[in-house]
Amino acid sequence: MIGYILRRFGAALLVLFAISVLVFLIFFATPGVDPAARIAGKNADPATLAQVRASFGFDRPLPVQYALMMKHLFISHDLTSFVNRGTLVIPQIIEAVPVTLSLVVGAAVIWMVLGVGMGTLAGAMRGTLVDPLVMLLGVFGVSLPVYWLGEVVNLITQKQLHDSVFSWVPPLGYVPMSEGIGQWALHLLFPWLTLALLYAGIYARLLRGELINALNEDYVRTARAKGLSERRILVKHALRCSLIPIVSLFGLDFGALVGGAALLTEVVFGLPGVGKLTYQALQNLDLPVIMGTVLYAAFFVVLANAVVDVLYARLDPRVRRA
Amino acid sequence: MPEPLLEVSDLRIRFGGFTAVDGLSFSVRPGEVLGVVGESGSGKSVSMLGVLGLIRTPGAEVSGQVVFRGRDLLALKNAEMRAVRGREIAMIFQDPMTALTPVYTIGWQIAEQIRAHEKVSRRAARERAIELLGEVGIPAPEQRVDAYPHEFSGGMRQRAVIAMALSCNPALLIADEPTTALDVTTQAQILDLMRRLRADHGSAVVMITHDMGVVSEIADEVLVMYGGRAVERGSRRQVFHAPRHPYTWGLLDSVPRVRGARARRLPTIPGTPGASGQGCPFADRCAHSFAACAEVPPLTGGSGHLDACWLPEEKRTR
Repeated sequence: MIGYILRRFGAALLVLFAISVLVFLIFFATPGVDPAARIAGKNADPATLAQVRASFGFDRPLPVQYALMMKHLFISHDLTSFVNRGTLVIPQIIEAVPVTLSLVVGAAVIWMVLGVGMGTLAGAMRGTLVDPLVMLLGVFGVSLPVYWLGEVVNLITQKQLHDSVFSWVPPLGYVPMSEGIGQWALHLLFPWLTLALLYAGIYARLLRGELINALNEDYVRTARAKGLSERRILVKHALRCSLIPIVSLFGLDFGALVGGAALLTEVVFGLPGVGKLTYQALQNLDLPVIMGTVLYAAFFVVLANAVVDVLYARLDPRVRRA
Repeated sequence: MPEPLLEVSDLRIRFGGFTAVDGLSFSVRPGEVLGVVGESGSGKSVSMLGVLGLIRTPGAEVSGQVVFRGRDLLALKNAEMRAVRGREIAMIFQDPMTALTPVYTIGWQIAEQIRAHEKVSRRAARERAIELLGEVGIPAPEQRVDAYPHEFSGGMRQRAVIAMALSCNPALLIADEPTTALDVTTQAQILDLMRRLRADHGSAVVMITHDMGVVSEIADEVLVMYGGRAVERGSRRQVFHAPRHPYTWGLLDSVPRVRGARARRLPTIPGTPGASGQGCPFADRCAHSFAACAEVPPLTGGSGHLDACWLPEEKRTR
């Protein structure tokens, strides 16, 4: 198992290296594009361009440029935005990470609890009215787009009913955990629920299908013939095996969301997370920030996948030796 | 004659409009091996699943009487039935490749069954699992107890499933085609094992199979099923040496013979199985059918050899 973990993380490092090279090439070696002009932003003066050229080593070979770029990113942390003159990129990202992590981790807990709960309920109660009702609820969650649902939630909690039922809802924005867990959670409550609703619906549907398949498996019949209780058969045998694909999907979703895919939620709820940072950088064509966030996102997606693979091996003994 | 261990009378299993088992009656005495033979779809497996209350299809109706040690199993509550399943009656299924939960070790799964029925410590259950694995002929059981199902071959998995089934010393073991999914050498080993275990544990066995060879090797009594009904019942000797039902003749004829002249073509039973609605279920495919076959023949006969056929005595020659 330890060997498997080491191997898996070794592979993850290689993937990260490959991604960094690829990102570097896209930004710096696309034919017909002057990377210095891109980095310097629109309407840059010749002095700035010269400064960018020197700082990124554009007069030197590509491998040196790559090394210089990585040095700016990971060693001296002095990659600078030229659109917002003088702003350092790395500290901006580091500041945005806890916001995104808070949002995604909280939402993930909610959607996993809801999704697994609803999926199990629907799968186990198949043939009764509970199953289609729960699944209808799931479809409802899946079909509501986050930007719309978020705006509606804001409209209700911040404006229409803010003077009566929702008077306890704080204004939009992020409060760090250091200012009290209660305030932190309260500010994130509706963003969490909004983001979680979509995923809970998807996960519930997926798990229901897996569970129904598992309940028809021979090993469940064996478990019944052993004289086990229905609850034990459901939880220990059927659900245990059905969770395997759920976990791998979770890793992908979680990694992507932490990497910035929660953009819409962050923008709608005014949370200064990585998604929002990327969104602003894209609007201003702030290349250093975009590069920084792309690499950061890749890092989380790859890391989350490695963690999931390790978890997967814990869950499924058949994977361990592969 | 000892009291029967299991007495099934007039068992009927219906799925919607389809009758899978139609008034099946048989009994198993303690320590006896009953071979249940018939083609696919003859209702062998489903009747045994019905006996154990394992039919989960929505809308399935199971009626009749299944008396096991003086209690009607069909009338038991779920919790009472669970206490019977796995402890007093164990069941082995056809495909050992899928019969074990893939994510748990073999030992864990055996221990789970022991601990579901007896108050023993985890350690004691594990010790028992090792002992059982040794008993069914798995080499180095102390190590193999921690192996996962995918690390076992098909034959070894079937051994593990048998070990699990025997873990609570059941009075009755129902084996649903336990050798069908295995190659011939492994089949013979598993049959040997089952014979030996029956001698050691004294369990009665119901062996469901479509393989007449398996029945001839292991069964004391034979029940031939067709279209959800019993068509012939008797001791192994009676059924193999003096078969009375045309369907049994067909089954026996379709087994290749080792001795004697080699048949140019192996005889088959024409047609496909399926109840003909009214009358004798086998009438459509029977070379001997005549007017009387429009009515369902009762299972009758003397000296423990029963058959359900209208054919008069003088015509009962193959």
